Amino acid sequence: MNDRPTQLTEEEKKLFGDLMPEELEEIIQTGLNRRHFMKLVGLASAGLLAGYLLGAERAFARGVALGEIDELPAAAIENGVNVSFKVNSATTRVMVDSRMTLLDTLRERLGLTGSKKGCDHGQCGACTVIVDGNRVLSCLTLAASCEGKSVITIEGLAKDNQLNPMQEAFLKHDGFQCGFCTSGQICSAVALMKEAKEGQASYVTANVRQAQTSLMLSNEEIAERMSGNICRCGAYPNIVAAIKEAQTGKSVEQTWLTI
Amino acid sequence: MRPFKFTQAGSAPAAISLLTSNVKAKFLAGGTNLLDLMKEDVERPDELIDLGRLSLTATKQLINGSLSLGGLGKNTDAANHPLVRKNFPLLTKAILAGASAQIRNMATNGGNLLQRTRCSYFYDVAMPCNKREPGTGCAAMQGINRMHAIFGWSDACIAVYPSDMAVALTVLNANIKVLQPNGAERLIAIKNFHRLPGDQPEKDNILNHGELITAIELPANTFAEHSAYVKVRDRNSYAFALVSVAAGLVLQGNRIVSAHLAMGGVAHKPWPLAEAERFLKGKTATRANFSLAAEAAMRSAKPLAYNKFKVELGKRTIISALELALKGDSYNG
Repeated sequence: MNDRPTQLTEEEKKLFGDLMPEELEEIIQTGLNRRHFMKLVGLASAGLLAGYLLGAERAFARGVALGEIDELPAAAIENGVNVSFKVNSATTRVMVDSRMTLLDTLRERLGLTGSKKGCDHGQCGACTVIVDGNRVLSCLTLAASCEGKSVITIEGLAKDNQLNPMQEAFLKHDGFQCGFCTSGQICSAVALMKEAKEGQASYVTANVRQAQTSLMLSNEEIAERMSGNICRCGAYPNIVAAIKEAQTGKSVEQTWLTI
Repeated sequence: MRPFKFTQAGSAPAAISLLTSNVKAKFLAGGTNLLDLMKEDVERPDELIDLGRLSLTATKQLINGSLSLGGLGKNTDAANHPLVRKNFPLLTKAILAGASAQIRNMATNGGNLLQRTRCSYFYDVAMPCNKREPGTGCAAMQGINRMHAIFGWSDACIAVYPSDMAVALTVLNANIKVLQPNGAERLIAIKNFHRLPGDQPEKDNILNHGELITAIELPANTFAEHSAYVKVRDRNSYAFALVSVAAGLVLQGNRIVSAHLAMGGVAHKPWPLAEAERFLKGKTATRANFSLAAEAAMRSAKPLAYNKFKVELGKRTIISALELALKGDSYNG
């Protein structure tokens, strides 16, 4: 995949100049990369970044464009299947080994490493992506079965330099510590908003016989509906608060879950 | 994962014909169980027939208030269909008690029925397992068998069947509609669909190679308002059952016209609680009677070294499910 040099705005140049002066030149030359991002996250956790967060959000909200897909030598693929599908609205055509999961295809072939491989067995939710509007586990999805489908990953949630409101809410509420489960948590939560709007029930819904739409989810409902996303740092109260805030659009105070 | 050929099927008869031409081929539906088992090297198909383009997904109203769920419909859609929620809330609750939202979005109704056991010795290819490799022995028998069966097990296998959905289907007397290689269809009552292990634990159910589940039919019932699914597990959500109970009560005032009960997490198939059903018929709906019914239900339990707790837990879960069903206003397990 090709890295494209990032054109920084004056505002962004000032931001990075202040935060990472020794790397500013490199960023202008080669683009913003993961190392810079991690450093920024480090600064954020050290509490140095408060005044710059809004600017930083805008900087990271640039869409990540798919570059050239690396073609593998034929010998590296057994039982090859040609698959054409949309990833973050871009049509993608790739020849995959029949064994290749959607997760490995996103990460290893398309360079979209935001989706994480946690357990690789459908037990942790770190690989959650949105396929045709619904949250699914990319580690238990064969790429070969994705012909004609539309996949949204964490890289595709921000639009026009604006983070998705769920991403903003996770930042505001520290809905993570190490961050490994975060892209799965956020994709899961974004799809959950659609499920709530449609009025889908959960195991803790009081009376499933009464259909309702546009549900406002309680802490208990959010916890149950997000149970497929494990956070080993235990940021659950923050995650629940972030989702509640994203859903209501109002400031939410974090509460300790007692369920 | 071992190499396999990926073949897309265009129709149900085509899928069946592709499968019957290769004894080592398997159908791929949601894949949530099969792909996991292939990664573990437990399942070793050399060809997957993808059913993703088949149209067996619709929920249809049949005569007399019966409902037909598409074999390839997603679990999420079955649980949330307005007619399922209104007339079969027990099924909604049972489906929603299982797995996670992501997995229910992927898993199909037919595939849910065909889930394999989560016995850790079945998953561990370094251990003997009669279900995985017939004749090698059962490592769970002398192992940590806390999650295992207390009913219907054999010397060859003590594994339990994991589906929540199927426990509710048992109480609802569902029929499984199957398309056969000769083009004919057959209906299998849910109570006859899954097998006890006996001396052939490798066979989970009575389907033959090449048969495809096209639909699950739910006959009308009269206990929608008085039904409950209670699942007890090691954590509050996203875990398999230690014990679960599906209950439906047909009431006339405070008198039980008929009780409908089945238990999950305790046997190689959803376990019908016939003794308890018989005991409750005609009795008044009181906690004392629920308690006696629970005693009757668990009398034939044969626990193993590490799962004696399931007998008492089973009784309490039966009582709790019956009380919730009686309350009638609550479907909150």
